[in-house]
Amino acid sequence: MALIEAKEITKIYRISDIQVKALRDVSVTIEKGEFVAVMGPSGSGKSTFMNILGCLDKPTSGEYLLENIHIGNLDRDELAAIRNKKIGFVFQGFNLLPRTSAIENVELPLLYDGIPARDRKEKALEALKNVGLEGRGDHHPNQLSGGQQQRVAIARALVNNAPIILADEPTGNLDSKTSAEIMELFIKLNTQSDITVVLVTHENDIADYSRRIIRFLDGRIISDEKKEKR
Amino acid sequence: MINIPSTLRIAFRALKVNKMRSALTMLGIIIGVGAVIAMLAVGTGASKRISEQISSIGSNLIMIVPGATTAGGVRMGSGSQPTLTMGDAEAIQKECSAVSNVAPVLSGVAQVVYGHQNWSTGVVGTSPSMLTVRDWPLSSGRSFTDQDVKSATKVCLLGQSVVDNLFGDMNPIGQVVRIKKVPFTVVGILDKKGQSPQGQDQDDTLLVPVTTAQKKLFGTTFPGMVRIIMVKAKSTEDLTSAEKQINSLLRQRHRIGPKQENDFTVRNLTQFMQAAEQSTKVMTLLLGAIASVSLLVGGIGIMNIMLVSVTERTREIGIRMAIGAKTWDIRLQFIIEALILSLIGGIAGIVAGISSSELISMFADWATIVSPFSIVLAFGFSGLVGIFFGFYPAYKASLLDPIEALRYE
Repeated sequence: MALIEAKEITKIYRISDIQVKALRDVSVTIEKGEFVAVMGPSGSGKSTFMNILGCLDKPTSGEYLLENIHIGNLDRDELAAIRNKKIGFVFQGFNLLPRTSAIENVELPLLYDGIPARDRKEKALEALKNVGLEGRGDHHPNQLSGGQQQRVAIARALVNNAPIILADEPTGNLDSKTSAEIMELFIKLNTQSDITVVLVTHENDIADYSRRIIRFLDGRIISDEKKEKR
Repeated sequence: MINIPSTLRIAFRALKVNKMRSALTMLGIIIGVGAVIAMLAVGTGASKRISEQISSIGSNLIMIVPGATTAGGVRMGSGSQPTLTMGDAEAIQKECSAVSNVAPVLSGVAQVVYGHQNWSTGVVGTSPSMLTVRDWPLSSGRSFTDQDVKSATKVCLLGQSVVDNLFGDMNPIGQVVRIKKVPFTVVGILDKKGQSPQGQDQDDTLLVPVTTAQKKLFGTTFPGMVRIIMVKAKSTEDLTSAEKQINSLLRQRHRIGPKQENDFTVRNLTQFMQAAEQSTKVMTLLLGAIASVSLLVGGIGIMNIMLVSVTERTREIGIRMAIGAKTWDIRLQFIIEALILSLIGGIAGIVAGISSSELISMFADWATIVSPFSIVLAFGFSGLVGIFFGFYPAYKASLLDPIEALRYE
């Protein structure tokens, strides 16, 4: 059973009277434990594809199965529950809540999962430790460097034991040294915890960390290569 | 699954970020709740005062006074014709079914002397039922009896002001006072009644049996004449029928033909006071209604600020949604924020309302009464305002598209 199974996904946006085909018959299968980089110029459909993978959006036609669940049949709140339990998001701009401590940011997915306060704290501390931010739980985002903020975001993505991390240009706002550290962290999570990582990037050297590169152009997949070596 | 403590903490944090804004939004509710409480307090105070006045003159009270005379084209005032008698009073008691008690009154001003103290006061000759008619209990001693009236005994009841002026701290019961040089034994003391609606000291009085007053104090050429007859109707509903019965009975007794005017006047004091009471109640409602408009305006202020807040925090909402917040998680977050604003505003408003009604009663010298009901009402209303006006912004927030919201700068 594949973790992610996208079959002939098409996504059409209507902007006033003009129809924009953002995705045309895209089919992809991603197995558990893969490390995938999604590349392509802007407007190629990769963001739309990631939104659908992340259950933030539904395809116009085609089927998307996540752990054999038909995403197309779910309503708003059911999608929210899937995002909560199955998917960890990491964004280019970190997207942490301001004026909220690191640990509370990490606890957030557990809060919406109805986990009691004590367990939340315990799990959040563990996730922070996992990303190398032990003892930084009380810091607020504006007291942390970019790399540290991104680590908090990764801890937030990990905390609910989601099998998939979707990262949208996670190193876009970071210098090359910090980028490398963040990518090493993704590799560690991928190899040690068997977490599936799908990341969007423009940069070839970031894509080189992955073991499979999917390239988009004009709403279609133009290449899908696996490689043995990083 | 909704987590109340965390949601509360999130809400408080959000409100703390914009302290000035939150305080100003609350001010709307504070003024609204304060105004409702203060206005209701003024209204309740006014109607309490009126009902106190009603009970001070006696409830369900009807007064019969003699009519006017016309002598040679000159019309005299009401009471210029001595037409009422003890017989009228007795007949009313006997024959009017809507009447419970009757007290004839023959009064005048006289100098009262005790030892070397003296005091001029209104001396009222009446029957024991006076105390029932006027709802006027004794604070000590006993009343005089019907037997005292029959045999014209020289006993008297003192009003509190007379006691204060003649006896000071001494116990007057059993002492003898002289009224117009006639010795009277004090048998009882009337309870303090306070001022009349006209501002007279109702305690500056002295009651004696009506017969004694006729024979020893205010002797007239008409034996059995009385100045006024006071009547207590059986109930408020009976007031009108009592009035009618007295009217027809007295016309018959005074042999007044169908086309002749009455030689007496029946006054229904209670009905007049009740009308006044009714109008203050209407006024209270009106004041409360006007004040609740300001509470409503405060609520709109909350909605306004919450809408701004939702727009400002679009990105935050997007993050929360991406991470797994459901429709009601988002809604509750904003409703609780609105509710906190309105409830804290409500509590501060109660304080403001109570203190401003204290100030009103201090400076404007109006009686104000803050009733627990008005506090509960205003507080509950402010909570409802918070939920009502918080819902739309919360609803709007919960409908945001997470993708759009995440992109919002």
